[in-house]
Amino acid sequence: MTTIASGVVVLLLLWLALWTVVARDAFLAVAGFVVYGLLLALVWVRLAGIDVALTEAAIGGGLTGALLLGAVGRLRGTEAATAAEGAGAGTRALAALLALGVTGALVLGVLMLPEPAPTLAPLAVPALPATGVGNPITGVLLAFRALDTLLEAIVLVIALIGVWSFAPDRAWGGRPGPLYRADPQGILAYLARVLPPLGIVIGIYLFWAGADHPGGKFQSATILAAMWMLVQMAGLADTPRTDNRALRFGIVIGPLVFIAVGVLGLFTAGAFLGYPEGWAKPLILVIEVALLPTLAIVLALLMNGPPARPWASAGAPGAGPLPGRHAIASRDRPTRSSDEGGT
Amino acid sequence: MSVETLFALTACALVGIGLYGLIAQPHPLRKLVAFNIMGSGVFVLFGALAKRGAAAGLAADPVPQALLITAIVVAFAATAVTVALLLRLIESTDSASLAEPPAKD
Repeated sequence: MTTIASGVVVLLLLWLALWTVVARDAFLAVAGFVVYGLLLALVWVRLAGIDVALTEAAIGGGLTGALLLGAVGRLRGTEAATAAEGAGAGTRALAALLALGVTGALVLGVLMLPEPAPTLAPLAVPALPATGVGNPITGVLLAFRALDTLLEAIVLVIALIGVWSFAPDRAWGGRPGPLYRADPQGILAYLARVLPPLGIVIGIYLFWAGADHPGGKFQSATILAAMWMLVQMAGLADTPRTDNRALRFGIVIGPLVFIAVGVLGLFTAGAFLGYPEGWAKPLILVIEVALLPTLAIVLALLMNGPPARPWASAGAPGAGPLPGRHAIASRDRPTRSSDEGGT
Repeated sequence: MSVETLFALTACALVGIGLYGLIAQPHPLRKLVAFNIMGSGVFVLFGALAKRGAAAGLAADPVPQALLITAIVVAFAATAVTVALLLRLIESTDSASLAEPPAKD
């Protein structure tokens, strides 16, 4: 029975992957990719990775899909032109041969995997009680392989700096993305008022449950970011100004606290990111609480894209890219309330 | 065939499908989608290896699974940077073409 279910999932997965690759236009391809991401979450369940399944459904399918769908809308006009540059039949045949070769090599590798399989589980499980968390994945993320998680948080911040750096000079420090307008009596605005309280509770529950059950800060941060996006898209709140000090503080607080705890470990436990005896759980909690806002803010801002709207039309175009400069003269509050009053 | 072997072999095919799309599709967004398919194939293969490592009362090896969560988040971040780069390309050249621009003088 389970084998049949797995077989069906596999066939659907391969069919969808082929569909997204050969589909006629980009919209169909991206639509296929979103479904593919959700199906992939089922694969993770079958592979006993509930935490991975939650992450895949939220980030792999959800956020990536929404990001690509947003991009498709703005790329419509460019598709016909690039279609003419399509690879010739010869290149396609070579690409197919190469793809077959790579797949074949990987299949050989899979068939020759060592038996019994190498595993770190017997090392991780006995060490878990010392960390005070019950979910082995959280234990790995924040104790045994904390360095990976720290670097990942830093990668997210660097990615955001990368996205922001695509802003035109005049928009630096401004608000990203278009100003969304929606019917204030419409279903989107209604959902954007009703869903966030539920979403915030579910997000924080996932965060808290992550210590002992599947869940954790990544899945939680994605839900919180999605709630924020929903409010933005319904036109209930504008995207944040990227030169906002509090926003920027929120972006770096997670990695900073993580590094501070790591350095503390140098003195108290003799190793960077080491936790002194009996202090693992509280320190892990401190890191997680600091990482949650960082992850939620960064994920939402990555979805928003680079700053596109200068906050004030008076500024000289091409004003220097000094982040602090605009902040001094800014009058954020009045602008915001008038925005909200207008919708 | 065990579940993990079945999914490991599927993953190999996904990598191939993604690689083909990456080369054969001319539009950068299509290349990005294909690259994500290829990446997900690598993830599934890694996840199947984690399942093979089930031991000590766990259904799968938690170390690769934790790394997979990291990997999915980083893949999203990289995709976001690429999309921003692509939209900027279109904004400044009115085209998504990756071909060499004709010599201007």
